[in-house]
Amino acid sequence: MADETSTPSAPSTSRPEGSGSSGPGGRPPAGRPSGPGGGGRKFFRRKKVCKFCVEKIDAIHYRDVRLLQQFVAERGKIVPRRLTGVCTTHQRGLARAIKQARNIALLPFAARY
Amino acid sequence: MQRTYEVMFIVRPDILDEDLDKLIAGLEANITQGGGSIKSLEKLGRRKLAYTVKKFNDGNYVLLTILADGSLVGEIERRLRVSEPVIKFISVRMDEEEKRVAKIKAIRATRKKLSAQPAAAAAAPAPVEAAPAPAPAAEAASA
Repeated sequence: MADETSTPSAPSTSRPEGSGSSGPGGRPPAGRPSGPGGGGRKFFRRKKVCKFCVEKIDAIHYRDVRLLQQFVAERGKIVPRRLTGVCTTHQRGLARAIKQARNIALLPFAARY
Repeated sequence: MQRTYEVMFIVRPDILDEDLDKLIAGLEANITQGGGSIKSLEKLGRRKLAYTVKKFNDGNYVLLTILADGSLVGEIERRLRVSEPVIKFISVRMDEEEKRVAKIKAIRATRKKLSAQPAAAAAAPAPVEAAPAPAPAAEAASA
């Protein structure tokens, strides 16, 4: 059932917690309990905030591999916004930067297993 | 029309330092002759490649920031493609991005001014509240 990831009272628009994959670093703290009618469920959902908006990183440059690596999964894939909480505008820039970095061999297209 | 571009290229790792310098000097001469100018040149040094390129796993990264025409960039790219020690390159146009960042910074600067003014006004009518406040602050500092 859907109850595993979201509380019954939570609106359907709420995103499920990114449980799978390698957790990308851009997940600030700020814990928040789940919906008020959540009953006795001990389940906390973190409010995800865009790392670039919070830390005021304007330019996402293909050269800073450290930054980009936080948004790339183990296998080299770009982590979706749904899991990282990055806003649309910054995700677009991020995707572009990652693709440029891949082209110049700073990031892998597909990591070897 | 002159625009800023970033040209990054990877030179094969088994090249000698003098040859690398010669290659870069040749490129510089090309740019200046073509009507462009070099803003900065940075040798990022040897780095492990994320994947194998032409059977190399390492590479010497060089970053060039230039002011040039589109046609000149095309010419530089052609040269990089032809020159044997260069194994990979990328050229990115930077001026629009720089403009965008400058705009955001300007907006942020104006916002800061606005927020600073009410804070200064609020600080003025609250000296009574400010008087007992330093005591715990001093304690915290001494502790």
